[in-house]
Amino acid sequence: MLEKLVSYLQYDFVRYALIAGVLIALCAALLGVSLVLRRCSLIGDGLSHVAFGAMTVAMIFSVAPMYVSLPVTVLASVLLLRGDRAKLRGDSAVAVLSVSSLAIGYLLLNVFSKKTTNLSGDVCSILFGSTSILTLKLSDVITCVVLAAAVVTVFALFYNKLFAVTFDETFARATGTKTSVYNLILAVTTAVVIVLSVNLVGALLISALIVFPALCAMRIFKSYRGVMAAAAVISVFCAALGIFVSIIFSTPVGSTIVACELAVFVICIIIDLIKGGTKK
Amino acid sequence: MELLSLKNVSVGYDGKAVAENISFSLNSGDYLCIIGENGAGKSTLMKTLLSLKAPVSGEIRFADGFLKTQIGYLPQQTDVQKDFPATVFEVALSGCLNECGLRPFYSKAQKEKAKMWLERLDILQYRKRSYRALSGGQQQRVLLARALCAANGLILLDEPAAGLDPIVTKNMYELIKSLNEESGVTVIMVSHDLAAAMKYASHILQISRSGAFFGTVSEYRNSAEGLSFLGKEVGDDA
Repeated sequence: MLEKLVSYLQYDFVRYALIAGVLIALCAALLGVSLVLRRCSLIGDGLSHVAFGAMTVAMIFSVAPMYVSLPVTVLASVLLLRGDRAKLRGDSAVAVLSVSSLAIGYLLLNVFSKKTTNLSGDVCSILFGSTSILTLKLSDVITCVVLAAAVVTVFALFYNKLFAVTFDETFARATGTKTSVYNLILAVTTAVVIVLSVNLVGALLISALIVFPALCAMRIFKSYRGVMAAAAVISVFCAALGIFVSIIFSTPVGSTIVACELAVFVICIIIDLIKGGTKK
Repeated sequence: MELLSLKNVSVGYDGKAVAENISFSLNSGDYLCIIGENGAGKSTLMKTLLSLKAPVSGEIRFADGFLKTQIGYLPQQTDVQKDFPATVFEVALSGCLNECGLRPFYSKAQKEKAKMWLERLDILQYRKRSYRALSGGQQQRVLLARALCAANGLILLDEPAAGLDPIVTKNMYELIKSLNEESGVTVIMVSHDLAAAMKYASHILQISRSGAFFGTVSEYRNSAEGLSFLGKEVGDDA
């Protein structure tokens, strides 16, 4: 089996998939800890559907999808992560935005694009990223590297601030931290990561990549630093494992990575139970 | 030294006053307890003092050189914190953030300061423990340590004994009193607990729709406001 893997690693598309997958997993895990702790686990799902809706509009007008989906998703993300001040907030806001974008996107595609031959194929690959991670170009990989470097830098520089704002926004604001700035940074970073990853790995995978590593790490580690580090490691490990498994057994990449995450999550729950609960 | 003074301040929401004409001044070393019925505007006043909210009218003045971001605030606990993965030390240290400015990391001196307050509050031995695994009283001490890290001699406590059992409540109040008397920390406490307010505080601010009373505890005891409020709530305790 090892030989088989090594032989596959000689192909560019395998190396690209591995690099992009691992880097996106890393970004998603870092974001995920903040999002899960803010009770915004579903925002990844919601925003990826918003990105989907925006991409269909772009397809109809034959614009490059990114030019429409990026600004629209950033806007939605900023509105959803505004914190206490939003009128329609939390899970209901995410639900409304998510289903409406999905529905309107699909509706528009059906009404306007009679000429597209494989409609359900297009939709399927947007949602599940069925093969796209295996068809990356060098430019996609470079985008991923730049993105990952930016996200890691943001999280390293604002680590303590993001901790304070996530742990207790009121206290942070009262003691002079510009919480709205950090909420904005988090919202924009989330949107950018999601839009870029939807293109590469699909909507289903990105929301899993955001939620699972954080939940796994929170089961095992008790310090914030430990959780951040563990989430990153778990996410990278699962992404790499999933890609290898999917290549060897010819399974869909996205679903395989999610299955790996789920397996690790179950293992983490068991370890937690054996240790006698996280409360130790 | 006068630390803080309010002159005819009205607080409220969206330009509509909830509590009006609040005037008082606080000296360094005072222990002020803000009392009042539900809906009288205690929380609104507190948010106004913390600059989370602008006063509807009036003027709030701090002593020269005292930054309003240096009020050590002890908020009530939120849902998010109940299962938040963070160690005691990480939480306490986050109080030092207001000194950091654009600097991304904490200095050695700040870490020492956090350790010092944890030790002062007798929870240094838990510094590597998970915050979510502590008891309610211990968690409250951690948040108090965080407040003290952020504070420049003035702390503002929002119902510090909420949800604590009677023994832990008493310990908490004694601890706050000792911070006030031995460590020279000025205390503003918002509380429902009249008996504790009368026992521990040096000054009382009572706010209500009809107006505000400010004075020392013994002045309050003999005032019309005090007699009616105390008579109603704690009876012969006064």
